Amino acid sequence: MVKLTTVTKPLYDSDKRTNLALTELGEMGRYRYLLRQLIRRDILTRYKRSVLGVAWTMLNPLGTMLILSLVFSNLFNAGGSYPVYILSGLLAWNFFAQGTNAAMSGLMWGSGLMKQIYVPRTIFGVSAIGTALVNQLLSLVPLMIVILTTRSPLFLTLFFLPVAIILLAFFTLGIGLILSTLSAYFPDVSEMYQILLTAWMYLTPIIYPETIIPENLLWAFRFNPMYHLVKMFRLSIFEGRLPSLAEFLPALGWGVGVLVIGWLFFTSKSDEYAYRI
Amino acid sequence: MLTESKLMNTTDINEILSTEPMIILDNVAVKYRVPTERIGTFKEFAIRTLQRRVSYKNFWALDDINLEISKGEVFGLVGNNGAGKSTMLKVISRVLRPTKGRVRAYGKIAPLLELGAGFHPELTGRENIYLNGALLGYSKEEMDQVFDEIVEFSELGNFIEAPIRSYSSGMYARLGFSVATAHIPEILILDEILSVGDEAFQHKCNERMMSFQEQGATVIMVSHGLSKVEEMCTRVAWLDHGVIQKIGDPHEVIAAYRDAS
Repeated sequence: MVKLTTVTKPLYDSDKRTNLALTELGEMGRYRYLLRQLIRRDILTRYKRSVLGVAWTMLNPLGTMLILSLVFSNLFNAGGSYPVYILSGLLAWNFFAQGTNAAMSGLMWGSGLMKQIYVPRTIFGVSAIGTALVNQLLSLVPLMIVILTTRSPLFLTLFFLPVAIILLAFFTLGIGLILSTLSAYFPDVSEMYQILLTAWMYLTPIIYPETIIPENLLWAFRFNPMYHLVKMFRLSIFEGRLPSLAEFLPALGWGVGVLVIGWLFFTSKSDEYAYRI
Repeated sequence: MLTESKLMNTTDINEILSTEPMIILDNVAVKYRVPTERIGTFKEFAIRTLQRRVSYKNFWALDDINLEISKGEVFGLVGNNGAGKSTMLKVISRVLRPTKGRVRAYGKIAPLLELGAGFHPELTGRENIYLNGALLGYSKEEMDQVFDEIVEFSELGNFIEAPIRSYSSGMYARLGFSVATAHIPEILILDEILSVGDEAFQHKCNERMMSFQEQGATVIMVSHGLSKVEEMCTRVAWLDHGVIQKIGDPHEVIAAYRDAS
């Protein structure tokens, strides 16, 4: 008997996977409503049971900035308003630190689901960065308040800030995906990363001005990607000038480069997560 | 060949023509790599890799499975614990990639999630319906269409605006089932979860499953409740150690399985 074969294309074919990284990108597009829902869930639930709610996103950096200003403003001379200097750096750093950690815990949370149902694996990392982006936009409000109350100049270069944020978001997602992959194999990674993060913060000019870095050590700072990415924030908010090409290219390179590497690394292992976690 | 085709009457031919495969498994095998000792920390791993002492035991959860499930079938899987039933469902629903072989699915797959998976306790029932729907791959518009029906079917009433941490486990389960089955799925996957809620609700669930089948949905179910499988399924496979022992008529397969165990 002649067996009838269907001409219709299967919705899922385990043999068809020419390029994991690109397939994942396409699936991400199909699941964009889920992405929106996950971001919404994170924002809603983070504040649902607290009295001040979303205001905490704004109060948190404001509080840290206040403490640091009180402690350090006499110690460091940033050549302008120290609170604005510190806040512009903190915004970038907090985004990075929270985003990478959220990406890691997002994959852990999603692992329970991934054992039962197909969803694009990167969605938990991407939604974590999406949530961090929303929080970032909210924390621009206290920044404006600080700029106005300290009578610091409001620069037109603020319009460059979205570019700085996007580059940092790329970098954060890339690192977040790499860390997620590693932590799927070794739960220790998350703990180790917290220590690394503290060291990394002190190696980046966040609370101290760049001018106190000794001339002969400056070359070492240039290896730190966060140095370049934080600088984009500083330039547009604090110094009020656009980056030169030599300042912009490292930030662009790190942002896009790390994202591509992280995406390729994560998706190359994505078949194994359901076996692993 | 000739005699065989002569014997076939028109209804038989129609039946063959209408069997549209929904799921095809070709030589599917799944290998789990089980470390002989549990290595949980990075330090241990580093030390052992240096000493070349990381050893794994291979375990074939599925071994060379060939299977075709057609449109409209209610297909049951029976077998002892560890026979590979859940692994089979995972391979079909794209959760696990087979180590060997090929899986093809010709329809949208809706798995029924474990109790409470994907729900967030702080969100309201309404918010969770949309979140859960999105996890199943539906769009906002698709969820808008069935929202009222989900609320009605799950019998949650005013609780729909309350955070679901205040729900009972029965309410959780009812909501989960209602969302997963709100749209008629082309392929519905049920892993031991038909015991949802009280008896009245179970009756409703069964009715819904029947109506799905009438409307051409394909159902794949795993259950230890043999009589339920016998009653609901049109075809059953008995799995043992990752191999299909017997496949075909529910009564015969289940009788053979009962005899063996």
